[in-house]
Amino acid sequence: MTTELFVQYLFAGITYGSIYAIVAIGFNIIYNTTGIINFAQGEFVMLGGMIAISLLPLLPLPLAIAAAVGLTMIIGALIEMIFIRWLKSPSVLRMIIITIGISILTREAAVHIWGENIRALPYFVGNEISTIGILGARISPQVLWVVGVCGVMVAILHLFFQTSSVGREMRACAANRMAAILCGINPRNMVTLSFVLSAGMGALAGCVMSPITYSQYDMGTGLAIKGFTVAILGGLGNSGGAVVAGLLLGAIEAFSVSVVPLAFKDAISIAILLVILFVRPHGIFGSGEAARLKAF
Amino acid sequence: MKRFIVLLPLLAVVVLVQLLSTWTGTQFYLTQMTMAAYYSLLIIGLCVLMGYAGQISLGHAGFFAIGGYLSAALTTHNLVAFKGVAVVRLLEGCALLQAGKDLYGGELLVVTPWAAAILAVLVAAAVAVVIGIPVLKLKGHYLAMATLGFGIIIYRLALASAWLGEADGISGVPPFVLLPGLVVRGDSAGRVQNYYIAWGVLLVGLFLLLNLIGSRVGRALRSIHGSEEAADAMGVNCARFKLQTFVLSAVFAAIAGVLLTHFNGGIGPSEAGVMKSVRYVAIVAVGGMAHLWGALIMGVLLNFLSLRGVFGTYDDAVFGFILIVIMLFAPNGILSLLASRKKRKANPQKIAANQER
Repeated sequence: MTTELFVQYLFAGITYGSIYAIVAIGFNIIYNTTGIINFAQGEFVMLGGMIAISLLPLLPLPLAIAAAVGLTMIIGALIEMIFIRWLKSPSVLRMIIITIGISILTREAAVHIWGENIRALPYFVGNEISTIGILGARISPQVLWVVGVCGVMVAILHLFFQTSSVGREMRACAANRMAAILCGINPRNMVTLSFVLSAGMGALAGCVMSPITYSQYDMGTGLAIKGFTVAILGGLGNSGGAVVAGLLLGAIEAFSVSVVPLAFKDAISIAILLVILFVRPHGIFGSGEAARLKAF
Repeated sequence: MKRFIVLLPLLAVVVLVQLLSTWTGTQFYLTQMTMAAYYSLLIIGLCVLMGYAGQISLGHAGFFAIGGYLSAALTTHNLVAFKGVAVVRLLEGCALLQAGKDLYGGELLVVTPWAAAILAVLVAAAVAVVIGIPVLKLKGHYLAMATLGFGIIIYRLALASAWLGEADGISGVPPFVLLPGLVVRGDSAGRVQNYYIAWGVLLVGLFLLLNLIGSRVGRALRSIHGSEEAADAMGVNCARFKLQTFVLSAVFAAIAGVLLTHFNGGIGPSEAGVMKSVRYVAIVAVGGMAHLWGALIMGVLLNFLSLRGVFGTYDDAVFGFILIVIMLFAPNGILSLLASRKKRKANPQKIAANQER
């Protein structure tokens, strides 16, 4: 493999990897505050892209994206308030089935609104054929947009959780719900906020990736399972791990294309998920003892 | 014997439906009833796994597809070109191949449906063992995701393999002669016969499962569902029982896949899709999880309505909606609502006392 080809594959991997990392962080935010895995996580990415595409004739691109992210956040909040907020200590099996149901309903609503067509946002800068040369490889500027936006999102999220008082309250709920209530924090609002946050992140990722990977009503399931793979790989609840694991999975997928047929690409990343679940369910960075204390 | 008598009313209903459809000249309904019966066979198997052993599986369409696809591929792929190969000669020697003529009068040599069916079910069982040993160690979200992942892998393999017809699936699957005169096929002449074959298979399956859950194994499974640690402490071999149930439900799914594929004369990748697996889980949930009769009734009813096209383009949405509503308001199934109302009427004081505590 030549250097150019290597860099080319590497950037393809980083592009997809950053998307997976964002979806995984979305899983983590909700998991940390509620202890549930939101199977509808991939649907937020789909909604973000689709809504932005629909708003594009009415608004300039940046405003359309901002509106799409805002709308998806509202949808995220509504989903939490309608389906999850009022349940009293539901079992894990029940939550799994409910979030799967939400994901199906969202997808079906999408197919009735937007149809089965594959759509895409226009490239933010240049067009399909404009490229930038990096180490001899030709990279689309949109790739840099994806990587940049995802990187900034992770950084802002980190600052939010570490320094802002709302972020600290959310972390307090994740650490000890009862103690957080005693400190005057309303954990239900924090759960709603976690849905809003992960919906917004997913939607923004869905917008920046749309020009390269396109948007379609049924893209959510595949993204959700890969995002989950990344979340497990990095250790469930560990967002730093998710970034590393996302880039890793993206790279593995990108390089696997040079060895096995493209049709098996998804099968490979799911096989990785199965292997990780069997061998190291607490992830490559997590500790086994901490994982045993969590309620699965 | 007592357990056998329980099935008699169901048998009466089955016969009644057939007679009614013949008298009213609406025999076309029997086709969908036959297909619904095969799907229900999978669903009652999944019901034992989910409701009694408490293990969720979001990949059962995968086992259905293994059964259907293998028997379809083996009974349609022409082996004439490989006549010289040792394996094919061995198969021919064991009378596992049948010769025939294709549409253009060319020579055709395929595996007999019986041999293909047995192989398909055995492969499904073997896959269930290999997948089940590591997967069943997982719980909750991890188990759900792992089984979902398994289902998607099967779907991707079916979609990507030329041998399995890629996106077109496999068509032209020959009829399956179960016994001389007893043929699984989809044409209108065999409609009544196939209706009885499907329901016969379903009744036998139901009888076996009813026996199983009433036996020592059934009690062991319920104890696992209650608390694995407690069951372990009482000397129940959790891992073994969970695996056995998983394999059993996979075999039920594979048998359903084999028979329905021969009945339909083909199979497509959508049968392996995630939505199918979710649909089966939804039906088990509506039936009340640990309720074989509920799963059976809902399985036949919802599949029949869906196959008749009652839900139109909202087919998947209906199942998603059912899933959410049931899980939000009646996590023990629709029938449990009726039962709890009856109980409340019977002794309101006791219920009130329980609630105060």
